[in-house]
Amino acid sequence: MTLVYPVQSLAAHPPRLSPAYKSTVKRSPTKPLIPMRHTLSELTGPVYGHETVREHDHDLTIQGKSEPIGERIIVHGHVLDEDGRGVPNALVELWQANACGRYVHVVDQHPAPLDPNFTGAGRAQTDAEGYYRFVTIKPGAYPWGNHHNAWRPAHIHFSVFGHSFVSRLVTQMYFPGDPLFPFDPIFNSVTDEKARNRMISSFDLDNTKPDWALCYRFNIVLRGRNATPMENS
Amino acid sequence: MPQAKPDGVTPSQTVGPYFAYGLTPGGKYEWNDAFTNNLVTPDTSGERVRVEGTVFDGDGVPIVDCMLEIWQADSQGRFSDPQDKRALPNSSFKGFGRIGTDAKGAYAFDTIKPGQVADPDGKPQAPHIVLAVYARGMLLHLYSRIYFDGEAANAADPVLALVPADRRATLIATRQPGNGNAVYRFDIHLQGDKETVFFDV
Repeated sequence: MTLVYPVQSLAAHPPRLSPAYKSTVKRSPTKPLIPMRHTLSELTGPVYGHETVREHDHDLTIQGKSEPIGERIIVHGHVLDEDGRGVPNALVELWQANACGRYVHVVDQHPAPLDPNFTGAGRAQTDAEGYYRFVTIKPGAYPWGNHHNAWRPAHIHFSVFGHSFVSRLVTQMYFPGDPLFPFDPIFNSVTDEKARNRMISSFDLDNTKPDWALCYRFNIVLRGRNATPMENS
Repeated sequence: MPQAKPDGVTPSQTVGPYFAYGLTPGGKYEWNDAFTNNLVTPDTSGERVRVEGTVFDGDGVPIVDCMLEIWQADSQGRFSDPQDKRALPNSSFKGFGRIGTDAKGAYAFDTIKPGQVADPDGKPQAPHIVLAVYARGMLLHLYSRIYFDGEAANAADPVLALVPADRRATLIATRQPGNGNAVYRFDIHLQGDKETVFFDV
């Protein structure tokens, strides 16, 4: 059995040209994309071994000599497809700013301190039911040059591999109730409100660890439905 | 715990300018690479090739913060994925690579030329590599394909046939002169007269 991926699912994504996010103007194609049927090349995808994710890669608070500064949080959730089926053994990569809103990346010039105990990179593999879990630090908001007084809402970048190369997803997880939402052209590039809200994690009191860390739940929904036998295989 | 059917996929967002330390550290950051631009394993059979090029924006300016991912079959046209129900590859070739463009917007992959893979009707496709392009300013990645100069099978490829004839060349990597392993050039133009063909998949 394999999965077929209706292109209608793509409607939830932001338009590639979203002029309020200025960098899209010169980086989005102007000619129409060419529709094609998915072949084996699109319907398969990479499989990674246990060596890809090391034992502590999901815990961003133990990568340094001592603990990073900031609010420790648990981020967990379910990677599933559009029919609600969990996606097992999916590789989930994340990267984020530190508690002060500063990235380790060399081109980040925001005058906020780096934290020697925080790289902001992590990896996890979903379990047999499709669940993943990270321990990290709540990232700070940070300014950017898109327009006057532009600030990104606090977010964590996610990169996820699903069943195939066409179910690949790179997204950003936001935190509930952020006052910067109405002003962020990247968040608002997703024009459908319901779809936009799927990028916002929910506070999870049940899985908050008493006396240790708040928990946020972020479910990630990938393309994929209509399980049908693969033809000509 | 049963899960209610979701009301749609999670929308895509840009990788932004700062993905490198998490996704393509390449020895420059204190984080290990999950994937690199060298797909060749010692036990891989097939013709060694390098695919290299530069990524350009709509002003013709090289994009220095672009990430590319490729996915391909082995030299017998088999994917290293159990969903490919035919005989599984007999080598450790994974068929997946990732690279960030350098300070000049350039990239290179070292791999092997893939074999032919059938389309859904069983018709052979010409050897090709599937490409995904990510960058700041790209809210959703783009899919393209890398075909190879001088392949007789290109003329009958069912996907190339969907592309207007005057744009097909944007999908064909050009063989560079020289001895040793074959080097193919594949520049990527996000806009403009030479805009690369991208697929709606």
